[in-house]
Order: sequence, then C-alpha cells, then structure tokens
Amino acid sequence: MADTYTGPVPKPTPETQPFWDATKQHTLKIQRCGDCARHYFYPRPLCPHCLSRNVAWVAVSGRGKLHSFVINHRAPRGFPATGPFVIGIVELDEGVKMMSNIVGVEPDPMLLRCDMPVEVVFEDITDEITLPKFKPVTPSFKPVTR
Amino acid sequence: MSADITKLRGSVAIVGAAESDELGRLPHKSSLQLHMEATHNALADAGLKKSDIDAVFTSGRNMANDVPEYLGIRPRFIGGTQVGGCSFILHVEHAMAAINAGLCEVALITHGESGYSRIAMPAPRWGDDSTNNQFELPYGTSGPATGYGFLATRHMHTYGTTSEQLAEVAVATRKWAALNPKAFARDPLTIDDVLNSRMICWPFHLLDCCLVTDAGGAVIVTSAERARDLKTKPVYVLGTGECATHMMVSQMPSFVSWDAARISGERAFRMSGVKQADIDVAEFYDAFTIVPMLALEELGFCKPGESGAFVSGQRTAPGGDFPMNTNGGGLSYTHTGMYGIFTIIEAVRQLRVECGPRQVANAKTAICHGTGGTWSAAATMIVSTER
Ligand SMILES: [Zn+2]
Repeated sequence: MADTYTGPVPKPTPETQPFWDATKQHTLKIQRCGDCARHYFYPRPLCPHCLSRNVAWVAVSGRGKLHSFVINHRAPRGFPATGPFVIGIVELDEGVKMMSNIVGVEPDPMLLRCDMPVEVVFEDITDEITLPKFKPVTPSFKPVTR
Repeated sequence: MSADITKLRGSVAIVGAAESDELGRLPHKSSLQLHMEATHNALADAGLKKSDIDAVFTSGRNMANDVPEYLGIRPRFIGGTQVGGCSFILHVEHAMAAINAGLCEVALITHGESGYSRIAMPAPRWGDDSTNNQFELPYGTSGPATGYGFLATRHMHTYGTTSEQLAEVAVATRKWAALNPKAFARDPLTIDDVLNSRMICWPFHLLDCCLVTDAGGAVIVTSAERARDLKTKPVYVLGTGECATHMMVSQMPSFVSWDAARISGERAFRMSGVKQADIDVAEFYDAFTIVPMLALEELGFCKPGESGAFVSGQRTAPGGDFPMNTNGGGLSYTHTGMYGIFTIIEAVRQLRVECGPRQVANAKTAICHGTGGTWSAAATMIVSTER
C-alpha cells in the first residue's frame, strides 16, 4: 500500500473532498438535494437534477446492484492488476450509478450477472486515498449460463 | 417555440471530399501533414483554391489555430467544437448554420491524426484532479474498449444479444473492405475468427474493436447556390442533428439505449423529411461492433433490442439489403481515433457513384452517424443527390 501503489490515484478537489474524507473512514457518502429530494453522484455543489444549491452529504448503506460490467484483459500502464479484472457500473439503492471494481468474485462472465446485488468494501490504496469497491452479496448469488 | 429547422434542408452541399495521400501506419507523416494532404485533395476534388476557403472547422488534438497556420489560411469563421470522433459530422451542421447566417461561404472541415504512430500529436490534458481521474481511471479503465463494453453487456443481458451477432458486423464490414483498395485490413474474416480472437475487454474480442491507424480526411461545404457553379455533383445536406449527454461513461443516462443518438437522429430525420425506408446507404461509426448496432436501433431502422437480429445473416454486407459501412468502416478501413470524417467521405463517394466494385446500385440518399467520447455525443446527417 502507501508509497508502492502504482495505479491512478484520485486527487480530490474542494467539491469532492468530503467524498474522499468519508471513504478514508470506510463510509460511503453521496449528496442529496434538499429541494427535489434526489440523490446524485459524482460530487457537485449544485443538484444536477434541479440546480438547487440546497444539497447535503448523506451516508448511504453501500448496497446496490451491478447494473453492467466488463472484464478488462488489458490493464492500463501502472494499474496493479496481474490478470483480467472486473469493472462494474454499480447502481446504489439510492438510484445513483458509479464505476468501481467488482471484487471477491473470479473475473468470469459466467459468475457475474447484471442486476446481481453488491455491497461496498473499501480498499486503502495510499495513506490518503481509499477507493470504494463492491463485492457480490453472496446469498443472492446464482451463476448463470451465458 | 423552437425554430423551424426544416428551412435549412438542402441549403448547403458537400462539394469536396478526400482522404490524405496515404492511410494506415505512417511514421513519416505528422498529424498536421495529414490535415494538409486531405485539405489539398478535397480542394482539388471540388475544383476550388485555398483562397476560396473562408471558414475552418476542426477537432482533435490539433487546435483550430494549428490548421490555418500550417495551411496558410486566415479563416473569418472558426469552428473547434470537440465532442470526440463524431465532431466532424456535427461540424457540417455548424458550417450550415454559419453559411446560412452569411458569416462564411466555403467551409473546410478537416481531420488529421497520427493515431498509431503518434507523430507530432499534442498530449492530452487530463489532470489528477479531473473527474475522470477521480471516479473512473482508478478502476483500471483502458480506453474506449472498457467504456463501450458496458452497453454491450447490458444489451446482451436485456435482449439476449449474442457475441455471434456482434461478430456479424465485423465480418460484413470486412467484406466491404475487401472491395476497397484503401482499406487497411482486407483478408477474409469469419464469425469464428472474431470469436476466437483474443479477449480485449469482455464482451469484446480483438476483432470486435476498430483499427488504430494514421490518416487525414477533409470535406468542403458551401451553399447550394455556390455549389451549382462547381465542377462536382453536389451532395446536398438534407438533415442534421447532434446531442451530448455525459462525459464519464458511468454517468450515461441509460445502458440499454443511446439517448444522444436517438435525439440527434430524430432531428436529422425531421429536418430532412426523409424516412428510414428512403436511405440507400448507411455509414455508421463502428469503433466497436456494438456501436453501429445501437445506431440501427436509435435511428429507427429497427426496434430497441432488435439490432442483433437485424445484422444477422450478413444483411449489412455486400449483396445484403442494408449496405452499411461500405468503405470497410473503422473496423477494417481506417480508424485514427476520430473516425467521423470518413463516414462523410464515403457517403459522398457513394452518392457520386465513385466506388467501383463496392458501389451500391442506385444510391441517392445516405445517412452518416457517429459517436464521440464514450457514447457521450452523437451526430447524424442525411445527404442526398437531390435537394
Ligand atoms: Zn434537486
């Protein structure tokens, strides 16, 4: 970890800092609009739905569904994967979508399914930055033939 | 109350279209040289002089300042809209607007990219604190193959679209390439070849992915009135449309539909008054096999989810009833990274009956369509030999 991580490391901006502060504490926080009551992601000081500035950070459960995924066989330069790995689009229960890695499952299309339940886990990649990643919620897991 | 876009129908024509002298892997040429060759060739095609150009539109790593300097042009109208590879299709709409407003008369739309050899390519500028570097790149995305795949996966899940159906597109496109001496990859291809090629980013095999080449392309647009005085047969622009919805693919509004394409297509069809059944040739951006399939759905050639069935049985190949990507496409002819200009060049050539063995019989009306970013932007254009 720490000094040895070779992949891209996010550098927070003022509007995204609370997100990264929360992941460092192993909590997932996103923003919610006080006017239209919708959650949104990625962090911005104005609601992208109604442009209200009445927005607040809220902690969420980190549960959601795997909306879609790919299995990347060609890691970009410096990325610490040693073989194929899964990149997913996760739809949180709050309705927002975010990209992440799907971990805790082999990178095999037979073992992954759109809409399978997933939950957040945290990976400390440097002293400052922790990435939210997601793993299948195993009791609901049913392999499919593709 | 929105403006009446139908009055733009047929107001401008494409009067010149050409590639750079060579296409492919060109370590002896810079990106700006590729611009210059294509412009030179498009001017010769149109029978115009450099001094006739009063507007320059371009996109990509070279700024809209670089091209006028290199070519020695002083444009009085400049278009540098950059939404990725479809930018050049959208530039036609912007040129049409500027010409109709009387701000310019002869617009050059030019592309040059040393996509493979990387000669004199200005570096991209993505900071460590960009949204991409915070919310996507840390997960190991490696270029467009990653992002384009999400829609393919969801489409397969929702509609039962298969890898074999995706491969049909690559195979059909290669058959067109075999008829085009300028195409980079011309060897015969089978569906098994596609499915047995190495995995790049599931569900994409290597042969589901476009080429990486060096090339330039340019087109010249002028008013329909001015076009009448030129030596070439004018190709009239009947309808155009554009839309953009997101930058990061994770923020795409839907992963089974392509909203930007649908919106751009509806506008182009409305402006043109043309119906899907009137289209004789389709030139669709094919960065990956799934991309023209979604174009077929969103532009109304088939229903949502039915593109897999639509492309089956080599329907888009030579001899099929839906000629698509007749130059060999980005999959087999050339793909610099920004393929859009080449959809226009091929549509023009088909309508002018210049395509030799790959000529589509009685081609009067063509559609060009492209993507930019990662499904981020889309542009559609309908062109015809008749106003
Ligand atoms: Zn709101």
